[in-house]
Amino acid sequence: MLLAKIIGTVVATRKDPRLVSSKLMVARSIDPRGKPEGNYLVAVDTVDAGVGETVLIVSGSSARMAAGLKDCPVDAAIVGIIDEIEMNE
Amino acid sequence: MQLARVVGDVVATRKDGNLVGLKLLILQPLTPERESAGRTLIAVDPMGAGVGEEVFFVRGREASFPFYPAEPPVDASIVGIVDHWDLDADR
Repeated sequence: MLLAKIIGTVVATRKDPRLVSSKLMVARSIDPRGKPEGNYLVAVDTVDAGVGETVLIVSGSSARMAAGLKDCPVDAAIVGIIDEIEMNE
Repeated sequence: MQLARVVGDVVATRKDGNLVGLKLLILQPLTPERESAGRTLIAVDPMGAGVGEEVFFVRGREASFPFYPAEPPVDASIVGIVDHWDLDADR
C-alpha cells in the first residue's frame, strides 16, 4: 500500500456503470515524512476521506477487495485515513 | 517476494472493515547488500514483525492470502521474518 495526500476530487458524468456513485479523488503519493513523491493518481474513496487528508491507498487488483468495489474496474482504492506515522531510523 | 527492513508503522482509525485489527508497517525494500532499494511502502503484518527487523514480503493480490478466507484490501503483506541470509562470495 502507499501513503498519499488527497489534493482534489474528480467528477465524471459519463463513466463505467459500475463506477456510478463512487467518489473519485486525485491523490499524490508521499513518503513517510510527508514529502511528495511525484506521481499522481485517481483513487476511489471507500472511507469518506477529504481533501488535505493523508490516506492509505491499495493498488492493483487488490483494490477490488475494498468495501463495495467487487468486480469494479478500479486499480486504486482509498482504504484508510492515516492518523499517525511513526518512523524509526 | 522481496527483502525489506521494517522502518516504522502507521495508525489509521478510520479504515476498511476488513483492515480492522491488522498491523500496518512501513517497509524499506533492501538489496541483498542491505542498501535501500526504492521507495518505502506500507504492508500488513500477519507475522508479528517489529521495527528494525528484516523481513520478506509479497506484493499484489497474493498479499491477502495469509488472511484466507477473509479478503482484506491489501497489496503488500509480510510473509516471513528473516533470521539471516547468505550470499555466494563470488556471485
